Amino acid sequence: MNLQDFLMNVVFGVYPYVALTVFIVGSWIRYDNEQYTWKTDSSLLLSKRYMLLASNLFHIGILSIFLGHFAGLVLPHGFWIALGVSDMAHQWLAIVAGSVFGTMCLVGGTILWLRRVFNPRVRAASRYMDNAILSLIMVTLVLGLSTIPVSIGHASHGDPTVMLTLSQYIQGILTLNPQPQLLAGVEPIFRAHMFLGMTIFLLFPFSRLVHVWTAPFNYLGRAYQIVRSKRRVRSA
Amino acid sequence: MKIRAQFAMVFNLDKCIGCHTCSVTCKNVWSNRKGIEYAWFNNVESKPGIGYPKEWENQTKWKGGWEKVNGKLELKAGGRLKKIVQIFANPNLPEIDDYYEPFTYDYARLQNAPLSEAAPTARPVSQITGEKMDKITWGPNWEDDLAGEFAARAKDANFSRMEKEMYKQFENTFHMYLPRICNHCINPACVASCPSGAMYKREEDGIVLADQDRCRGWRMCVSGCPYKKVFFNWESSKAEKCIGCYPRVESGLPTVCSESCVGRIRYNGIILYDADKLLEAASADNEQDLYKAHLDLFVDPYDPRIIAQAIADGVPQSWIDAAQKSPIYKMAVEWKIAFPLHPEFRTLPMIWYVPPLSPVQSQIDQKRLPTEADGVIPKAEAMRLPVQYLANLLTAGKTEYVVSALNRLIAMRSYQRSVHVDGQADLRALDAVGMTEDMAKEMYRYLAIANYEDRFVVPTAHEEIRLDDYYGFQGQNGFTFGNDSSPGVSRNSLFPERRRETVESREPAPLAEPRE
Repeated sequence: MNLQDFLMNVVFGVYPYVALTVFIVGSWIRYDNEQYTWKTDSSLLLSKRYMLLASNLFHIGILSIFLGHFAGLVLPHGFWIALGVSDMAHQWLAIVAGSVFGTMCLVGGTILWLRRVFNPRVRAASRYMDNAILSLIMVTLVLGLSTIPVSIGHASHGDPTVMLTLSQYIQGILTLNPQPQLLAGVEPIFRAHMFLGMTIFLLFPFSRLVHVWTAPFNYLGRAYQIVRSKRRVRSA
Repeated sequence: MKIRAQFAMVFNLDKCIGCHTCSVTCKNVWSNRKGIEYAWFNNVESKPGIGYPKEWENQTKWKGGWEKVNGKLELKAGGRLKKIVQIFANPNLPEIDDYYEPFTYDYARLQNAPLSEAAPTARPVSQITGEKMDKITWGPNWEDDLAGEFAARAKDANFSRMEKEMYKQFENTFHMYLPRICNHCINPACVASCPSGAMYKREEDGIVLADQDRCRGWRMCVSGCPYKKVFFNWESSKAEKCIGCYPRVESGLPTVCSESCVGRIRYNGIILYDADKLLEAASADNEQDLYKAHLDLFVDPYDPRIIAQAIADGVPQSWIDAAQKSPIYKMAVEWKIAFPLHPEFRTLPMIWYVPPLSPVQSQIDQKRLPTEADGVIPKAEAMRLPVQYLANLLTAGKTEYVVSALNRLIAMRSYQRSVHVDGQADLRALDAVGMTEDMAKEMYRYLAIANYEDRFVVPTAHEEIRLDDYYGFQGQNGFTFGNDSSPGVSRNSLFPERRRETVESREPAPLAEPRE
């Protein structure tokens, strides 16, 4: 086994499992033991300027991108075929949706990043991880957007193989059948994007991103008023 | 009918001198931590004025509280779905500058400065950035004692229904203080606005709290509260608010703001209300009927039927006793001299206010106020502090209630004056406002003398009711095993569940005599 194969194996065969395990177990431990630290860490109070635009663009963009990745890469190939979506239609859909939501996320995220770095109040309230995670997301996003021209290149030649390969790789990871060698043939930019993407999952439990887990959908079905009475304490 | 007990307060504005002792005590006890330097759980505003945060009463701007939409009560900022849509950036959230940029001074400079011709100055330092500030442009009480020009304070929302231009004249200027804390509302909009369900009202005493573990910092409570009394701690990213000094109240002590009030203007007590009627009360069609509807929620603590129901609903006997001696019940229900702040917000607030009278009294003394036929009670419309302004503050603009309360306060004084100055009781003023001599004497005792035990009737919490083995629990309060703020709340814990609040396993101590 040469060095390159070894690295491929570590980065795309082992690292995904490390990242996923830390992502799930880390979030679990933090939820269990550090509820007080589980929060959005919003800085809206300190500066509202541009935030209505930036925060909405960023959040809608990034959530749509996440759902898009899930739909395009994780859902089984047969599901799309059954729906009557051909591979080429699938790829063009991914390119268009990725461009639209990626751009939204890029514009919003850039404003958020500039604000975090240059607004004195927001900067003062920022912790190291706040800056690190936003920067990491932005670099990953830029790499992701940079794959679009490559994908357009493939798509205009009617060639969906790279997309299908990536999907096959992700599904391999999720079905405990890692096939890092599949990625040897795809362009390096995809691999860089994927590496940083996995790193986001790795850092997730240690950052403010945990607030995603507790998106308050149950509010929609809840009674407005909450009255709590003191818990009865029994002797053990 | 479902009877609940509510810890409530009355502030007698007639005696507030605006000394801010309440604010300072509260600040020192509860909110001098990082991230909420700007937050005053208790503040005292000079009225008229736009207040803290700026223009908090203007709900066209802030969209706090409730409104009636198609005959249904709904949050003014929009319902659940709209809240979720706006969760990424809450358009109604005040910015720090709407409160003020918290500051301290570079005091060390006064001692460390090198020898110089001019005296060294302690420059202001921002408590957010730590940088020196050029100029302080706003503070928590910037309008103190009518500071600033009229045009600025004329934005006060309480000038509605009034010809405010005439109060621009120096001769017509009026002024009062308005101390404010969380109203521990019966229909709290902050609780209803909280997407994560962290805000709640306590069943035992009605105190509204923000669960620091459950709060995720979605910020909807801050904008939902029409009184702007929930604050966002930008360091911890959690909602923080007045906690009604519950550790003190549970021990039978008044809140620290009440205890430290040098003017003795604050009354703490229990009031019983019918929780089944609260939605109906908050939904009154006409906002001017809300005060009456709110008043009708309260139940008579002497009525045997009410007492039986209260006990059935879990209200301890000592709390019913306290409700019978409650200064709140006396002032709000029996004498009708106290009113809720801005009932039109529809949150059913539980800090009530006795309207201020003092400027009126001095004018009567100077014989500059036209009076009614008895020569004592001034004509309502002639009072210096416009009754319309007070009514806008306390009864959604309906003046008759406020006028009646002011007349009762004047009548009580008139009666006492006749007794102590003329040496002969003159009951004309009392008769005119439907008061008895006993009532006037009692009012005098509560309002003028304001004895400690009359002002504060706070029953202790009955912790023992919820403990199986209270002897085993003895000596454990305040101590926990490990990090108290991480109770291990998920159902399937990764780690062995921590037993918070539990006691050593043992048999309850045998009773001295066998129980029947």
